[in-house]
Amino acid sequence: MFAYIMRRLAVAIPTLLLLIVFSFVLMHMAPGGPFTQERALPPQVIANLNAKYGLDQPLWRQIASYLWGIVANFDFGPSFVYPDRTVNQLIAAGFPVTLTYGTLSFIAAVVVGVGLGVVAAIWHNGFLDYLAVGISIGAQVLPNFVMAPILVLVFTLWYRMLPGGGWSFEDPSYWIMPVIALGTSYMASIARITRSSMLEVLGSNHIRTARAKGMPEHRVILRHALKPALLPVISYLGPVFVSMITGSVVIDVYFSTGGIGKAFVDSALNRDYAVMMGVTILVGALTILFNLVVDILYAWIDPKIRY
Amino acid sequence: MVIEERKMQSLAARLSQDEVRGRSPWADARKRFVRNKAAMAGLIILILVGLFALLGEYVAAWSNDELDFTVMGQVAQMGMPSLQNGHYFGTDDLGRDLFARTVQGTQISLMVGIVGAAIAVVVGTLYGATAGYVGGRTDQFMMRAVDILMSIPYMFVLILLLVMFGRSMSMLFLGIGLISWLDMSRIVRGQTLSLKNREFIEAARAIGVPAWKIVLRHVVPNLLGVVAVYATLLVPLMILTESFISFLGLGVQEPLTSWGALISEGAGTMNYGTLWQLAFPLFFFVITLFGFFFVGDGLRDALDPKDR
Repeated sequence: MFAYIMRRLAVAIPTLLLLIVFSFVLMHMAPGGPFTQERALPPQVIANLNAKYGLDQPLWRQIASYLWGIVANFDFGPSFVYPDRTVNQLIAAGFPVTLTYGTLSFIAAVVVGVGLGVVAAIWHNGFLDYLAVGISIGAQVLPNFVMAPILVLVFTLWYRMLPGGGWSFEDPSYWIMPVIALGTSYMASIARITRSSMLEVLGSNHIRTARAKGMPEHRVILRHALKPALLPVISYLGPVFVSMITGSVVIDVYFSTGGIGKAFVDSALNRDYAVMMGVTILVGALTILFNLVVDILYAWIDPKIRY
Repeated sequence: MVIEERKMQSLAARLSQDEVRGRSPWADARKRFVRNKAAMAGLIILILVGLFALLGEYVAAWSNDELDFTVMGQVAQMGMPSLQNGHYFGTDDLGRDLFARTVQGTQISLMVGIVGAAIAVVVGTLYGATAGYVGGRTDQFMMRAVDILMSIPYMFVLILLLVMFGRSMSMLFLGIGLISWLDMSRIVRGQTLSLKNREFIEAARAIGVPAWKIVLRHVVPNLLGVVAVYATLLVPLMILTESFISFLGLGVQEPLTSWGALISEGAGTMNYGTLWQLAFPLFFFVITLFGFFFVGDGLRDALDPKDR
């Protein structure tokens, strides 16, 4: 197991380095610099600015010092647009918000999705099955940027039950709509995957054996069917996690929740490359880390996997 | 009696003909597809949406960039959908005809979806088939590269690309094309591995057909079923990606528009009682996604009946 984790890490770290170098080179290649303005600055000012941010040095040295800053001090450098703020500060301001609603949404999508899928499989071809399949088919075409306006329309404009935007760590009523908007379409996918794999497992031999020896049905399902049925769901968790982070961009923009997605879009519109890169690298690192955790979880649950 | 006899003859002829003709797996699949109600409904929806995109321009009373000065400034009162002034879907916030805008958005969204999927099909199939057929260290290397690319948060990189190199349609296509083929190449590689050791490939190799020709002429045609299903399911994903980016205002730029941009505009103005601005683009977006998902699922079930 330890060797397996080490081997996965050996792939993960070069991947991350590659992502950093790739986005750095991309930034370097882009036409126009961060100090390009409508009224051209005097050349001496540009030179001073370039010297201040280290942009006058050769590319490899810029990359090396950027990398060293991240590795040694976890420092993503200063923002190019807001001189008094560093990228770390901008990310630190938004990250707890994103983490809160992202985690809640992830848990909600998994719990509701697995629940719907299991219920549908147990009562296969019954009313509950059709209901669950109907919900999951309907929810599949409702991505976050469609759910968000619909939720605001219904719960804020029509019923005036929930605040239509903003964020507060104390008041959960601000959390509800972001969590639902972000999670709905993944809940649907998880429900579909769970249903089909649960149906397959329920038809297999070891379940028949468990039933034949007189085991109560709830134990058959909880002890013997659920674990193997959840394997495909677990391998889907990686993509879901990535989509949650990606979706946070829409959530932050639409609900003004002020997470890192907001920092990313603002920096994209301002051409604040340092912030964009910082967010991209952070998200990339989280993605790689999460995929690693999922793979280890998978190997741990499935005894057939040899690592 | 004469008529009866002729009927019997034709019946006999038909029966014997059926026996001779046999049933190919494709004919079987078509039959199963036609019998699948959801898939057929999806196909009809897609045809209608396609007709809307192609012919909508000729039905529209206004062009998509004309401002209607009679409704400008009082869109909520005057700009609602009506047949009298020719705004079948109402107007947008600036007084432009929403019907014409929706037609334009549909054209662009469908185009992005289809072009994105087409890039994925071509690149992914060739890449995956090559990796699978060549095998060995090349395969290892090629698939490791795919693994690395897959673990990159592509939406962020896509936005990075769009911001740095200008928000144009070609950049959007390039960016979407860069990432969309990864899954495809994995699936195709898996299929190729199982095809590789079949007799007909061996026969081709034995008579000295060069490797690239075996991949193109013998491996790829046998992958068509998988590729077709996956491509159908990929189109809505591409549409979703494009709409996501356009919703943020980072994708398709004015005067062009797409479903994502229209939904975003509609969502921004729904406070002011102009709900149709959200409803019409959203309607087309949702039914098209439904259509593609149903057709894709139907195709899969039709080509792989044991999986039901």
